[in-house]
Amino acid sequence: MRRIITWASTTVAMLVLLLGYHTSTSSTVAGQVADTVISSGSVAGSGSGSGTTTSGGTGGSGSSSGAGSSGSSGSSGSGSSGSSGSSGSSSSATQVTGSLVQTRYGPVQVQLAVSGGKVTSASILQYPSGDPQSSQISNYALPVLADETVSAQSASIDMVSGATFTSTGYIQSLQSAIDQAGL
Amino acid sequence: MSTATRPRTTRQVAHVMGMPISLALRGRHATTAAGERAWLEAVATLRDVDRVFSTYRADSHVSRLDRGEIGLAECPPEVAEVLAIGEVARVQSGGAFDVRRPDATGRLALDPSGVVKGWAVERAARSLLRLEDTDVCLSAGGDMVCHVADPHRDPWLVGIEDPHDPTRVVARVPVREGAIATSGAVHRGAHIVDARTGSTATGVAQVTVVGADLTWADVDATAAYALGAGALAWLSSRPGRTGLVVWDDGRCETFGRAA
Repeated sequence: MRRIITWASTTVAMLVLLLGYHTSTSSTVAGQVADTVISSGSVAGSGSGSGTTTSGGTGGSGSSSGAGSSGSSGSSGSGSSGSSGSSGSSSSATQVTGSLVQTRYGPVQVQLAVSGGKVTSASILQYPSGDPQSSQISNYALPVLADETVSAQSASIDMVSGATFTSTGYIQSLQSAIDQAGL
Repeated sequence: MSTATRPRTTRQVAHVMGMPISLALRGRHATTAAGERAWLEAVATLRDVDRVFSTYRADSHVSRLDRGEIGLAECPPEVAEVLAIGEVARVQSGGAFDVRRPDATGRLALDPSGVVKGWAVERAARSLLRLEDTDVCLSAGGDMVCHVADPHRDPWLVGIEDPHDPTRVVARVPVREGAIATSGAVHRGAHIVDARTGSTATGVAQVTVVGADLTWADVDATAAYALGAGALAWLSSRPGRTGLVVWDDGRCETFGRAA
């Protein structure tokens, strides 16, 4: 059981890492990567049958957990308390609920169902309002290549992105034409 | 296209740091005094940043820091912030991006301008982004922050300049919320060097990165351009970005996740 939860919590950590990955690359502080791991590593799961609550440490610190204790994560030692897992409704399935992890887009929480030593389902309990994947797709798309017939004059273009242009070069630029047209 | 979805755009232009700063506003404050004040505040922010960070000004904090006249503790905290971003970028680009690189005499000179531009425009845009129900597109020398307040309005349509013919664009990107930055050599000569070798990039003519924030879109575009032939592979490994690489031979390749 402990192995399952440990493995499940690692999976949760992986999922949260995936979700939180954008945070690590676009944030200015490299340490946030570690923060994400730490907070997601502490996962409390509750076995439905036994009534024991075990918290799996990912690093295996050697402190084998007693029943009902909220063990600290071995690798980090920070031991933030995970949210309590809801008890599995079916006979053998166990649900493991990850901690609420703060990402730059808002809180993310993952829940896994574990049955027979396998993760049978994974669900996101809480998405940030701007989900990193979908929000970016709607916020900006892939550039659309201009075909030969579009002579790319200012028609329907609001602004021009180009390699650092200087004030001296600006006068002849397309951007200058757009600014003057005041469209 | 109806006027309901495409309200009139008002425009402003100023010149700061030797760059044209172009603003487009749509919506409630496009023509109000509050909109005008926010624009002036944005320009003032850019001038403040220039006073601290310019490598062309001998009296800037960065120039004095580079000469060893003052320490980091005597600089505004923003200097440390920018240098920290530069350090993350150096590591993530495998060293191709670096705020320190050899000058003509071989001395390692401090030049954080690869970080400063995008970072500064993002700061400058704050005053404009506070304007209620107002769409903003603020560009500094071709790198810009975009914001559309009303989901019923069109995204900003940004043209990507043709590095071989600045009167044309090679692609267009709709941006509702985010930033777009382009790096290349077309306007200033070969000014981006691979910090590892000191040589100018070859193979790639121009890199455009679209992302959530301008600081990183700009850093990524600069780093990718410095990587030369490896630009596209590196950019493809960066999550949450889309963009375009134009090669020396004129070929264009997009990257990132399509909508």
